[in-house]
Amino acid sequence: MRLTLHQRQIIWAYTFMSVALVFFVVIRWYPTLLAFNVSFRDWNVFEGSGPWVGFENYQEIWEDTGKPRSSVTAAFSNTVRYVLFGVPSELILALSIALLLAQIRRFSAVFRVAFFAPYVTSAVAVAFVWNWLYQPETGLLNQALDLVGLPSQPFTKSPEQALPSITAVAVWQNIGFAVIIFLAGLQQIPGLYYEAARIDGANSWQLFWRITLPLLNPIIVYLSVLGTISYLRLFALVQNMTPQGRGGPLKSTTTVVLEVYREGFSSYKMGYAGALTVLLFLLILLITIIQLRFISRRVEY
Amino acid sequence: MKRSNLPILLSVLLVSALLLAACPAPAAPAQQAAPEAEPAEEAIEIEYWQYNFGARVDAMNQLIANFEEANPNIKVIHNADIPYAEFRDKIAASVPAGVGPDVATLFYGWQSVWIDAGYLVPLPEDAFPPAMVGEKFSPMVQASFVEGTLYTLPTAVRALALFYNKDLMTEAGLDPESPPATLDELADQAVACTQRDDEGNLLVEGFVADPDAQDHHWFREVLVRQFGGVPYSDDNSEVLYNDEAGLQAWNYLLAFHTELATGDRDLFDGSTNAFVGGNVCFHVDGSFRLGTIAKDNPEMNFGVAELPAHNGIKSTFGSYWTHGLTKKAAADQARFDASVKFLQYITSAEAGAIWVDIVGELPAQLEAGSNPELLADEKLGAFAAGLGYAYSTFFANESDQKQAIVDSFDMVILTDEDPATALQIAAEADQEVLDDFWSSR
Repeated sequence: MRLTLHQRQIIWAYTFMSVALVFFVVIRWYPTLLAFNVSFRDWNVFEGSGPWVGFENYQEIWEDTGKPRSSVTAAFSNTVRYVLFGVPSELILALSIALLLAQIRRFSAVFRVAFFAPYVTSAVAVAFVWNWLYQPETGLLNQALDLVGLPSQPFTKSPEQALPSITAVAVWQNIGFAVIIFLAGLQQIPGLYYEAARIDGANSWQLFWRITLPLLNPIIVYLSVLGTISYLRLFALVQNMTPQGRGGPLKSTTTVVLEVYREGFSSYKMGYAGALTVLLFLLILLITIIQLRFISRRVEY
Repeated sequence: MKRSNLPILLSVLLVSALLLAACPAPAAPAQQAAPEAEPAEEAIEIEYWQYNFGARVDAMNQLIANFEEANPNIKVIHNADIPYAEFRDKIAASVPAGVGPDVATLFYGWQSVWIDAGYLVPLPEDAFPPAMVGEKFSPMVQASFVEGTLYTLPTAVRALALFYNKDLMTEAGLDPESPPATLDELADQAVACTQRDDEGNLLVEGFVADPDAQDHHWFREVLVRQFGGVPYSDDNSEVLYNDEAGLQAWNYLLAFHTELATGDRDLFDGSTNAFVGGNVCFHVDGSFRLGTIAKDNPEMNFGVAELPAHNGIKSTFGSYWTHGLTKKAAADQARFDASVKFLQYITSAEAGAIWVDIVGELPAQLEAGSNPELLADEKLGAFAAGLGYAYSTFFANESDQKQAIVDSFDMVILTDEDPATALQIAAEADQEVLDDFWSSR
């Protein structure tokens, strides 16, 4: 069989891509499918198998949500709160920063690096640094509060402040990525539109609401979908910023992924952990579909 | 053009599918071939795992060297690279992959979970007769019997005692040679030892009640008993500390935060670090902390006394890291026999004596533990004395049962929950863990 140059190029392309495909199938898809299987079994972690029990694990989760002070209920409600606090603050802050960055010429690269650096830093390192900043009395933040005469705050040590405190760190960590994407989006909006609008007498507020924001819509959808997924999967920060990594105090910061980890790897209840994983997957799927449906309308001028 | 791409696409997919199918394949023949490669007379390799803790690794290396010298046909691979926090995860991941340990060291409180998960096998009675264990080992080792079957044995055991900072006591005008001997004295001296600056910030903490450290043990096995209660029913199926005696014990513990205000858990990076750092006068901890202090603050002038008594009752919490045989060992008779031999050696009195010198934990065998030299030791003596009256809690799930106490403590301290209600909540959460465990038996 003689292949044309084009066909050979295609073969090479697929050959190279198949490496990535193999990686994804083995490392990502196979374990994902396995999680579904595990969730329907009384899985024994040491045997790597277990009898089929149907929806028993799901039923147990359902029963646990009915109990007072249930970890599962706390995990789901906290996870939703992380998303509700985290995603909007991240988008609003990132857009504000991107708009400011778009206006400056000097040192703009320095600022970009500064905002992006936390994103590429390991969550564990970030958690340790922020733990020190949040320390009661001796931490930098409390010393700053003390300097301006405000009372010191418990931050992660209090059930009320812990979740917002951790959300703030997550926002701080993720914001760099959103800023860079927003900047790219801003550059794609033709300057022509702004010029025309200004000639027509539009003020800068109108420019923002009528031109910038609608044309950034695809970016906003993209970032909110990605952001939502990342807050739904929050784990490393919580595990490293709470006592014994258990999402305390009083379960106020625990997340679904943290519960999955705890049930699976400290209580060895793999079936239960698998069922929680599947529920989280379905939740992410549902929210993503809704987001793509309702906020992705195309704007063309 | 489009059409001609299809076969290429298909063939590439086929190749990757074949690659995928081949992936798990190499492992299977290797496993099957393994027994053939090990004729009975040749050297047998067994694998031993523990978490990484410098002194324990050194001690075990020496025990392995002694054992291999006496048994030249057995080779022990020592894996101690895993940090404490990841030990259980790594075990859980390694076993299904068939690469885990034959002999593993675990905290005694994890036994139930490990047995339930099918990981540990019972120790053979001919090599480890139950009567011998009852006679020769410290009474707390009875916790290794789960429903009458012996699953694990330790080299060494530990107990809780009262650490006190002599310099801070002197500064506060207390006599460093007479540390608190009763609970009332502990409360009084903790108050006397606490120092604050003009704005009320703690400079020296008298005593920090911290169930996240060792105080959940101190509450259950010591305070509850001293106020006249018992923490659990004899068959370990029922929580009993939610009675009047338990409430008194609970209030005693809480008072350090609420009424006496002798410490704050969140200061100086937690109660244990605060003591090691020289910021706390009195601290309840285990013998294993001696090593931490020797390493991190060797200059500190401190002493160790038996836990304060109350109503004339002495008690302490005893615990131990223990060694079990795994399912992997049981799968092969030759390896199992070698593992049994190894376990016999590392749980012997000789091993215990080597261990105490290197690690500072007390020998699990009474013969080595009742050594008069040990009892007279300035630091270890208080722990050794405690072994005679120590209790070990039966744990169905140590981390969840601990969390029940920690959460209820937090409820009172952080959300002003009524102490009695909080204790009841702890008991219910604890009971649920026990019910969960016993219902599956």
